[in-house]
Amino acid sequence: MNNWVAAPLLIPLFTAVLLIFLHNKLALQRWISLLSALLNAGVSVILMIQVRSNGIQTLNMSGWAPPYGIVLVADMFAVLLVLSAAIVSACCFWYSFRGIDEERERHYFYSLVHFMLAGVNGSFLTGDLFNLFVCFELMLMSSYALIVLGGTKRQFRETLHYILINVLSSTLFVASVAYLYGAVGTLNLAHLSQRIGELGPSGPITVVSALLLVVFSVKAGLFLFFWLPGSYGAPPAAISALFGALLTKVGMYALIRAFTLVFYHETTVIHTLIGIMGVATILLGGFGAVSQTNVNRILGYNVIASIGFISLALAVSNEDALKGAVFYLVHDMIVKALLFLLAGILVAETGTERINRMGGVLTHSPLLAWMFFIASLAVVGIPPLSGFPGKLLIVQGSLESGQYVLAAAGVLLTLLLLYSLIKIFILGFWGKPRRPREMKWKQPRKLLLSSAPLMLLIVLLGVFAEPVMPYMQRAADILTDPSIYIQAVLKE
Amino acid sequence: MSKGSDIFLQNVSKVVVFIVLAFALYLFFTGHSSPGGGFIAGLMSAGALLLLALAYDIETVRKVVPVDFKLVTAAGLLIALCTGSGALFFGEPFLKHAFGYFDLPLLGKTELHTALIFDLGVYLAVVGVTMTILLTIGEDN
Repeated sequence: MNNWVAAPLLIPLFTAVLLIFLHNKLALQRWISLLSALLNAGVSVILMIQVRSNGIQTLNMSGWAPPYGIVLVADMFAVLLVLSAAIVSACCFWYSFRGIDEERERHYFYSLVHFMLAGVNGSFLTGDLFNLFVCFELMLMSSYALIVLGGTKRQFRETLHYILINVLSSTLFVASVAYLYGAVGTLNLAHLSQRIGELGPSGPITVVSALLLVVFSVKAGLFLFFWLPGSYGAPPAAISALFGALLTKVGMYALIRAFTLVFYHETTVIHTLIGIMGVATILLGGFGAVSQTNVNRILGYNVIASIGFISLALAVSNEDALKGAVFYLVHDMIVKALLFLLAGILVAETGTERINRMGGVLTHSPLLAWMFFIASLAVVGIPPLSGFPGKLLIVQGSLESGQYVLAAAGVLLTLLLLYSLIKIFILGFWGKPRRPREMKWKQPRKLLLSSAPLMLLIVLLGVFAEPVMPYMQRAADILTDPSIYIQAVLKE
Repeated sequence: MSKGSDIFLQNVSKVVVFIVLAFALYLFFTGHSSPGGGFIAGLMSAGALLLLALAYDIETVRKVVPVDFKLVTAAGLLIALCTGSGALFFGEPFLKHAFGYFDLPLLGKTELHTALIFDLGVYLAVVGVTMTILLTIGEDN
C-alpha cells in the first residue's frame, strides 16, 4: 500500500475544485494552476524514485484487495508518462497566462484542464479496466468543454465531430468491457491477464480484444483518425498543445498496456492487424502532413503519424522496440506540446494559419524560428535530440524481428515529416516579411519563455539518453514480462 | 410554458415536491447497505426541482433555491474528495472509511460512518450538475 500513487490524481482534482470557487480571480487561478502542475511533477519524481528502488507501487483503494477492489498501479511506464504529462501541463499553464483570453479563463479554463489532467493521470495509473473507462470519460468530458470553450463557429463544428466519434467509441468501450466481464468474470488487468492465459486461445477473447483495439485506436488516432486534424486545430494553441501532447498518448498507452499485459497470449491476428494499421497510419498521416497548408492541420497529421510509428513497436513487441516505444512516447509528448505552442505564437505573429500567406518571420523573430527549427529536427529524429534514440530502437527492434516492411515505413515517415515541417519553415519563416495583421495577443514573443523548458528538455533528453535509458529499460521489462506486473498487483 | 398556465399542475406539485424530497432523504440515508445512496437521492431531488420548474418557471426555482448550482457541484466534489483523503492522515489507503456506534438521543444506538459524508458530497455534486444542465438548457428558450 502506498498512498503516493493516488497523489497524481488527487492534486489536479483538488486544484480543479478549488479553482471553481476562485473563477473570477484570474491572477490567483493562474498561479495556483502552475504551482499545482509543478507540485504534481515533484510528486511524480518521488513516485519514480520509489518505483526505481522498490519496484512497482500499488494502492488498493479503500483497502479492498484485488481482484475485488480497485487498484492503482504505478510501474515505471506509467510513472514516466505521468511525469511527462505534469511537465507538459506546467508549461502549457505558463503559456496560457498570455496565450488564453480572459473570457476563457473566467469560464473555468483552468478547472477544466485540471479535471482533464486528473483523467489523464488516472488512465495511466489505473490497474482496472472499468476504472480506465471512468478516467477516459473524465478526460473526454473535460476535453469536450475545452474544445468548445469560446464558442466560435469553427469550434462548434469541430466539437460536434469530436463528441460524436468519442461517444460512439465510449459506447463500444463499455460494451466490450461488459462482454469481457461476461467471458472471464474479472476486470482487474492483472487478473484478466491471468485468466485469459488459463483459458487459452479462444474466439470470443480475440473478438473482444479486436473491439478494444478499435476503441483505443479511435482515442489514439491510430488509423481511425479522420476527426483529429480538424478538432485539434480548432481551440487556442495552449489547448491544442495539451490535446496533441496528452490525449492521443493516453489512447496509445491504453493500447500498449492492453496488448502487452492482457492480450499478449495470442499474437497472430491482433498484432498483425496493429502492424497493418500502423503502416497505414504512417502513410496517411505522413502524406496528410505533406499535403496540408494550414499550420495546425500539419501538426495534427504529425501527431497521427507519430502514433502510427509507436504502434509499429507494439506490432513487433520485442524488448528493443518496446523500450524505444516508451522513450518515443515521452519524447513525443514533450515535442508535440512544444510544436503546438510555437505554432500558436507563429499564428499570432502572422495573423494567419495558412503557411502560404505567411513569410519572413525569421527577420523579426529569429528566436521563434530557430526554436521551431530545432523542434522540427527533434520530431524527425536528428541525433543529438530526443527523437533519435526512440526512433533508432523501434527501427532496430523491427529489423531484429525481420519486419522489414515496418522498419521501412518508419524510415519513410522520417522523410515525410521532415518535408512537412521544413515546408512550414521555408514558407513561414523565410521569404519577405509581410505586414503583420493586428496582433491578437500582447507581445507574443514573451510566450517563447514558457516554451523554453520543453525545448531544453528535448535537448537534454537526447544528449543524456544514456543515463535515462535504465528507466526506459525498467518500463520495457514490465511490458515484455507481464508476470512482474501481475505478481506486484495480486501479490502471490 | 407561460407562467401560471396550469393550476392543477401547480397545486399538485406543491405537495408532490415535498413527498419526492422526503423520499430522496429516505434514499440518501438508507443507501449505505441497501439500494439508494447519494447519487440516486441527488437525481431524485433534482427531479423535484425540475417539477417545480415545469409547474411554475425557472425563475421560481431560482427564488426557492437561491444558490449558484455550479458552486454546489464544487462544494460536493470538495466534500467527497476531503472525506476520501481523510484516510491519508491516518496512514490508511485512500477512500478507506471509518465507522462507529453511538448512543444518540431519540434514535438510540446508531451507526455513524464517514461514507455518509462522502455520499453527501456525491449528493451535492449530482444535484449541482443536474440543475446546472437543466437551468442552462432552460435559459436558451
